[in-house]
Amino acid sequence: MDKFSEIVDFLKNYDGKPVTLMEVCGTHTASIVENGIEDMLSDKIELITGPGCPVCVTVSAYIDRLCSLAKEENTCVCSFGDMIRVPSKNGCLRDAEAQGGRVMMLYSPLELIEIAKKEPQTQFVFAAVGFETTTPLYALLLDEIIKQDIKNIKLLTALKTMPKVIDKVLSASGKITGMIAPGHVSVITGSDIFKESAEKFGIPFVVAGFEGKQLLAAIWALVKLQNKGVVKNLYPEVVKESRNENSYALTEKYFEPCSAAWRGLGIIEGSGLKIKDEYARFDAGSGDLFEDYALNGCSCGQVIAGLKRPEECPLFAKVCTPSSPVGACMVSHEGSCFNHYLAKGK
Amino acid sequence: MKITLAHGSGGASTKELIEQIFAASYNNPVLDMMEDSAVVDGSKKIAITTDSFVVDPIFFKGGNIGRLAVCGTVNDLLMRGATPKYITSAFIIEEGADTKDLKLIAAAMAQAAKEAGVYIVAGDTKVINGNGGIYINTSGVGFIDGPDFCSSRCKEDDVIIVSGSMGDHHAAILSHRMGIKNDIVSDVAPLCEMVLALKNKGIEVHAMRDVTRGGLGTVLNELADASKTCFELEEDKIPVNEQVRSFVKLLGLNIMHMGNEGKLVAVVAKKDANEALRIIRESKYGENAAIIGSVTSGDGVVMKTAIGGKKKVGILIGEGLPRIC
Repeated sequence: MDKFSEIVDFLKNYDGKPVTLMEVCGTHTASIVENGIEDMLSDKIELITGPGCPVCVTVSAYIDRLCSLAKEENTCVCSFGDMIRVPSKNGCLRDAEAQGGRVMMLYSPLELIEIAKKEPQTQFVFAAVGFETTTPLYALLLDEIIKQDIKNIKLLTALKTMPKVIDKVLSASGKITGMIAPGHVSVITGSDIFKESAEKFGIPFVVAGFEGKQLLAAIWALVKLQNKGVVKNLYPEVVKESRNENSYALTEKYFEPCSAAWRGLGIIEGSGLKIKDEYARFDAGSGDLFEDYALNGCSCGQVIAGLKRPEECPLFAKVCTPSSPVGACMVSHEGSCFNHYLAKGK
Repeated sequence: MKITLAHGSGGASTKELIEQIFAASYNNPVLDMMEDSAVVDGSKKIAITTDSFVVDPIFFKGGNIGRLAVCGTVNDLLMRGATPKYITSAFIIEEGADTKDLKLIAAAMAQAAKEAGVYIVAGDTKVINGNGGIYINTSGVGFIDGPDFCSSRCKEDDVIIVSGSMGDHHAAILSHRMGIKNDIVSDVAPLCEMVLALKNKGIEVHAMRDVTRGGLGTVLNELADASKTCFELEEDKIPVNEQVRSFVKLLGLNIMHMGNEGKLVAVVAKKDANEALRIIRESKYGENAAIIGSVTSGDGVVMKTAIGGKKKVGILIGEGLPRIC
């Protein structure tokens, strides 16, 4: 039997102590569903989704601020796709657009440079969300803005960092026995960043790639390493133990740590990044956007914290569907609810 | 020459535009009479369809809006087991469009119509304010002799065949829009040869659909719903061009929800499956056809993934946006 068949066989027939693994990264969540991985695991192995989808963890106050900016005169809010449909008290960005606001979907922050140059009378605001992987792109954008002396681009930031939120989730949950560490983030942070958490909670962390086979190998490793506070890197082709200094240098040029509000998890000190004071002129008012309210019984907060499965939310697949989402986790293509909905084949 | 509102006036400019571009390209005995409506021979049972084409960009790798407008309508007729006969062509043109482009589009329509064996028998041209956009509506009529195909007729044990690689058109258009350079070419094509060959050879086809917007996942769910059956697929049997596969992966899209404009899915009786596959593979545009699964009892669409997992395949939700981290 080859190694892969051995892993498949082991995971399907595992009959040891129940194992609860959390995948932090949204791309892992999507890959688990795409590859039909839950079907390949014994009932003793449970997978839950963590706080690694940048759209899902963004609090309602931020969405409200984006919507009001979109409706300001001569202002255009630019965003990646998913953020446009995340609802808040006064609707989503798409609704703001229908009410006369201006919203533009972009694939990369750097696209904004040429757009802004053509319309100097418009103030463009980029909805800058994301983790360690995305922040350097915003730094590059700021680099270009300064180099080309562009006056009409600002960022509304809700930038997050690992690993403090993982500690928070592990403390709150109490049942997680292993972590599939975020693959993309680890490329920037290095795998050592999870060592302290692994030791503190006495559980294994495995850094994994995004292919189905890589995820199965990570799950297998986590089951084998139960109760060991270690970090194992199964994605060594791109993830090193230490951090990517070039990327950090770029980020640290414009951004500094700050407290950040996470949907369902509250304010976590030092878990976010904000624009440094000397570049405050590029900030569209990102401070104090901490308010986090759930709409009409939405359980996204508990889902992100790993306290509830999407199916346990009373709204799931009933009033909350991808076509008519109530919470961010049903909007995002990397969200737990969206992917659980897909897995049900609705 | 740039199109102006005068070209839509109904007067001399309109006449000139129609004569020089459309009539000159589409010429056939029915259209050449230039009457208010086309009078054509009939059939006992006919299929009728209509579709509007608003693709952006108008010209893309592998075709243009004109070829698309003919193929889309011709293929819709074929999918009911009809032999396409006549189509109409109505243009809505924004002022500022270039007659050079219109000529290329009309030529592509004429070429596709010739290939599909249809006459473009009626047309209309309107010009509106705007910025050079071109939109086309085509309606089509096909004759049905012999059995027609119908979504509700899929049965347990039927075999599911796709006529080639999935997602090519969608990926080509998206690459163009995003300015990504690659060799992905739209698959826009009329599927007459393969469909009519299946009919002529007496293959027991139960249902047939072209895999357009919404992709294979959406189409198969519609077939499963209509026939109250379950469609079981094997992921690694579904043909996908390697460049398209990488493109889709890079953007976090789902190949099961990517559209084509020259691919079909046929649900055929098990006894005829291998022969059907051979016929499609031997036809123009069908060389990469594959059997991708079978129909079973139950509901929905289920896929055995390449690594051996199992998942449900849903319909397309939203717009298929790229990932952000």
